[in-house]
Amino acid sequence: MLTLENVGVRYGGVDALRAVSITVETGHVLGLIGPNGAGKTTLVNATTGLAPLASGSIALDGKRIDGLPPHRIARAGIARTYQNIRLFSALDVRANLAAGAFARPGRLTPEELTTLLQRAGIPHVDPAAKAGSLPYGDQRRLEIGRALAAAPAVVMLDEPAAGMNPAETTRLVETIRAIATAGIAVLLIEHDMTLVRAACDSVVVLNFGEIIARGTPSEVARDPVVVEAYLGTDAGALA
Amino acid sequence: MTALADFYAKHSRLIDQIGVNAILALSLSVSLQAGQLALAQAAFAGIAAYVSAILAMNAHWPLLASIIAAMLVSTVVAALLAFPVRRLRGVFLAIATIGFGEIVRVFANNLKITGGAEGLSGIPNDATTPVIYGALALVAIALFFLSRTKFALAVALVREDEYAARGVGIDVGAIRTLSLALGGAIAGLAGALYAHASFFITPSDFGFPRMEQILVWCVVGGVTSPLGAVLGAALLSILPEAIRFLADYREISNGIILLAVILFAPGGLASLWRRGVVRVRS
Repeated sequence: MLTLENVGVRYGGVDALRAVSITVETGHVLGLIGPNGAGKTTLVNATTGLAPLASGSIALDGKRIDGLPPHRIARAGIARTYQNIRLFSALDVRANLAAGAFARPGRLTPEELTTLLQRAGIPHVDPAAKAGSLPYGDQRRLEIGRALAAAPAVVMLDEPAAGMNPAETTRLVETIRAIATAGIAVLLIEHDMTLVRAACDSVVVLNFGEIIARGTPSEVARDPVVVEAYLGTDAGALA
Repeated sequence: MTALADFYAKHSRLIDQIGVNAILALSLSVSLQAGQLALAQAAFAGIAAYVSAILAMNAHWPLLASIIAAMLVSTVVAALLAFPVRRLRGVFLAIATIGFGEIVRVFANNLKITGGAEGLSGIPNDATTPVIYGALALVAIALFFLSRTKFALAVALVREDEYAARGVGIDVGAIRTLSLALGGAIAGLAGALYAHASFFITPSDFGFPRMEQILVWCVVGGVTSPLGAVLGAALLSILPEAIRFLADYREISNGIILLAVILFAPGGLASLWRRGVVRVRS
């Protein structure tokens, strides 16, 4: 279980995050939505140690992790994917999954490799293929596989459906639900509301670094504050 | 047999140099593999050369003991250097480490114990051809076994993407320090052997031109391939000897080969070999 309490992050004079409190529970998928620049990726960066906190605390299963260097936070059990794919693209698929498993004792076995490719939804991919040579959707999924290779307690997916077609996005829902079912806490950053509705147990909405709404996906979608944040106050006038 | 003995007698100096140069090339290859353009190998070798020479001449240490002590010193110096340059990458790291090399050279030029600009002479000439090639073999074997460990995976990940490497739990700073220290140890071995294979050493033996030579060997061989580094060092050590008839112009061979490799085989000699293997297989 990942707990953020009153987390604030400042970039220069700007509050990128202000008093954000969320809990990502084991076995659940929490959606994090909001307009561009709302602070979604900043929240992931703060949790993974890439953005220092100005206030608040972050704990994994009750143990404080804020202030630790990024590699220690990864080792504590938090894995992530990136909005812009960050695979080790010159290395092969096997090495990328072995990289994900780096912090675990021992080496990645061939059985584990097969299982990871299956869980990531890319069983057809050749483990000896260069990661950078894979089709875009497979690269996104390989990043998910790399995150799972760490046997993490929490997985943070930063726009995993970006650049995918509707059919691929539908398949992605199964992949994400299966990750949660396996006993992992999942935080899903996403713009695609169809994916959010299908994959998330609950949703938190960020705008200008603050939480403006939370609830089930359908509650949030009906919330006038959320509609306004997405479409602007003049939306009614324009329509 | 006599023909071989004659050949050795005639070229033993060059043969020894090739062995030492191959070890130097391997030392740089280690930090290049971690994506670190750290160009202080000549200085590490120089420090070790002076330490082992001074221990052998003044304290009468035996060869092995003086080499080990020299390697310890160069390893520690390399690990310490990793700290001030920890935030530098690419060309900035290269410039800072070249600067460090110049500092070492200036100290060697001015200190009493290093004999100043004239250097040290009368070093016991006990690093024989078998000793040098035995050391090269040991380094090669050690690097081979190292290449199969998780450390080698971490090194490759740091080279490919430091940011993502942190994300999978790798302590990038530690990997950088370790790879620089390992490079320092191997360069130190080469430096100590150099001192014990030459009757004398001077500060200019370990200056920037030497560092540039080591870099050229690695680029020609292939920056991420240890075997390529050894090949590059061997080829470019032999070549100036093979074209002696060009007299003072023979040193252009380094430049010409470097240009040719960068233009036609950017991955170095090792990549030609790999491409060949792929072609034969398919």
